[in-house]
Amino acid sequence: MSLRLRQPGIPLTDESALIAALSAGDETAFAHLVDQHAAAMLRVARGYVPTREIAEEVVQETWIALIKGIDKFEGRSSLRTWLFSVMINIAKARGMRERRDADAAIAACTGGTVGPKRFRTADDPYPGHWRPDEVPSPFPDTPEGSVLGNELVAVARRELDKLPERQRVVVTLRDMLGFDSAEVRDLLDISTANQRVLLHRGRAAVRQVLEDYLVDHS
Amino acid sequence: MKSMDCNELVELVTAYLDGALDADTRARFDMHLLDCDGCANYLQQFRETVRTVGRIRDDELDPAFRKRLLDAFKDFR
Repeated sequence: MSLRLRQPGIPLTDESALIAALSAGDETAFAHLVDQHAAAMLRVARGYVPTREIAEEVVQETWIALIKGIDKFEGRSSLRTWLFSVMINIAKARGMRERRDADAAIAACTGGTVGPKRFRTADDPYPGHWRPDEVPSPFPDTPEGSVLGNELVAVARRELDKLPERQRVVVTLRDMLGFDSAEVRDLLDISTANQRVLLHRGRAAVRQVLEDYLVDHS
Repeated sequence: MKSMDCNELVELVTAYLDGALDADTRARFDMHLLDCDGCANYLQQFRETVRTVGRIRDDELDPAFRKRLLDAFKDFR
């Protein structure tokens, strides 16, 4: 890579080096950042806007904002957090989705995340406990890259794509991309409690399809 | 201390993993886990689920879209 040739010893993962290279107009550095973040940005943008085309425009605007503002980028947040934060603001402005609706929808999320039939009923000596034939079994240990591991990742991904948008965005940011709770709270401007409701429901839905898959394939 | 039922525990797993339960609820959660294999397994499934989602990778960027972004960079410098 040209960065390495010009600046021996500075890896492409060194953020301040990347930012300096970007400021200097280094296209390789830009391409590297695009390859690192643009696909995930598109995935998240889709949670705010109605079409893939608009999501692409939102992501493109975000990169242009970075190009224009790179000299002023002060590194107070990581570049990734900055990109997602700007992108989500642009997407919200384009998305026309009302925050009030979102909070109302979260508040309306009641009901359990595990099928109620799996638990013993009130007339049982142990109400609310697993029915004997419904006790969960541990998921198998699947090393990264194993056949079963890859199948489970594919199953999880299909379910993630099907989740309601807000759940999908929160699960994507927290579990797929590894943002922490405080970062997601700031990015999405939702309360920690609501974030946790969305995260829990989304994870529970993915857990259920993984369990179904493992039961069907054992 | 009031004991916790399985159907209550399963709704608290994310808060548990975030370290967000109050001390009393966390103690009831931990006590329940000690003698409930089903819930211990449920927690293991949940952790595996989080790990599995963490392994999802996005598809390669659409080459035409990637080119548009790189062209934008050239235009704005």
